[in-house]
Amino acid sequence: MAKDPNQKSLGTIFTRGIIAENPVLRLILGTCPTLAVSTGAFNALGMGAAATVVLICSNIVISALRNVIPDKVRIPAYITIIAGFVTIIQMLVKGFLPSLDSALGVYLPLIVVNCIILGRAEMFASKNRVLASAVDGLGMGVGFTAALLAMGIIREILGAGSIFGLELYTRWGIPSMIIFILPAGGFFVYGMLIALVNQITRKKNPKATIIEEFSCAKCPMHDSCTKVEQKECEK
Amino acid sequence: MSAGLVIKGLVAIFLTAILNDNYILSKFLGICPFLGVSKKLNTAVGMSAAVIFVMLLATAVTWPIFMYILLPLGLEYLETVVFILIIAFLVQLVEIVMKKYMPPLYNSLGVYLPLITTNCAVLGVAMNVITSTLDDPASFGYLESLVNAFGAGIGFLVAMVLFAGIRGKLETCDIPKTLKGLPITLVAASLLAVSFIAFSGVVNGMLGIS
Repeated sequence: MAKDPNQKSLGTIFTRGIIAENPVLRLILGTCPTLAVSTGAFNALGMGAAATVVLICSNIVISALRNVIPDKVRIPAYITIIAGFVTIIQMLVKGFLPSLDSALGVYLPLIVVNCIILGRAEMFASKNRVLASAVDGLGMGVGFTAALLAMGIIREILGAGSIFGLELYTRWGIPSMIIFILPAGGFFVYGMLIALVNQITRKKNPKATIIEEFSCAKCPMHDSCTKVEQKECEK
Repeated sequence: MSAGLVIKGLVAIFLTAILNDNYILSKFLGICPFLGVSKKLNTAVGMSAAVIFVMLLATAVTWPIFMYILLPLGLEYLETVVFILIIAFLVQLVEIVMKKYMPPLYNSLGVYLPLITTNCAVLGVAMNVITSTLDDPASFGYLESLVNAFGAGIGFLVAMVLFAGIRGKLETCDIPKTLKGLPITLVAASLLAVSFIAFSGVVNGMLGIS
């Protein structure tokens, strides 16, 4: 295959996923697990690691099969590949980290419908070489884990008064704000983090695109969505 | 068990799924459509109707498949793969059937259907009812699973409609530049979630279940 002139170096592909195109804070993908399992730093780390492994493996396989899979059935084919890896991870976690398995609960199998993974398969792995896709998966996975960990740490410190289960200020009788562990706190911290990232981006580069709305263009199903064909997409 | 008790139990499951265990506001499933299509009331209702329909259908199909095929064969670990494929297949099927035989319904709901394949709420409900059944097979069967799925769908609708109303008001507000757009939307969602905390215990209290 001829070298694409737009082809970016592996280093750029990796760092892009962590900062400029952070899946959680810039692309607004994978919001469900971000909000649900970020109640503590440990859960956030476990979820991030599990999703990263699935992301790398599925990116590699999908990229390797990109010329074999017919275009029409690509989405079901991707979902099957992803579901296979999710099942493997699920069994491994169940076998070796039972406490993490019970903490993540239904969210572990739900990695299969995490938009980050299908999104990267559709946007990157289906168009790029195997190595680049693996690096992209790693970068996006690390970006996802970092954002999840940031939320987990903030929520655990404010809501439970601890960090990685280590007691902080509650031992002196200062009560923690339980609301941050509750769903309401998840939405709030996520909103504040996005606002912070928007603010930093704006300061650095006033012309940079600020994530203001949840747009259809970001959706992994964008290309196959009938809404787009009918031009009914809101954005 | 008397018929009255059964009905009471079903009502409790239904109301709990809407108020206490609201899939969007307390389980964080289906956040993408919640943030994405809640801008206008009619799209919010259309999306929710499609979700209710697919949720009910998916649970109706996946529950017997798990209980009568996967479980006896010892293939529980295939749950994720089988369920997601069934849901993807069902969504496609519904889309094709609707397009051919019910064009008016397709025009109002059809556009949302492809988005539902990757809606985690649908897969989440299908998996949650399996867990509930395995935990307590005596009191949580097929009927209870269907009622739970329907309640979860109605809960989705309630959250979407409430949020569409809030977002309509937000449009006219003067919001600080940094918070504009998604951040303020999430803060509003957070306040909506706070209001749902108040429902905890309401269902049990109402029906006199300890």
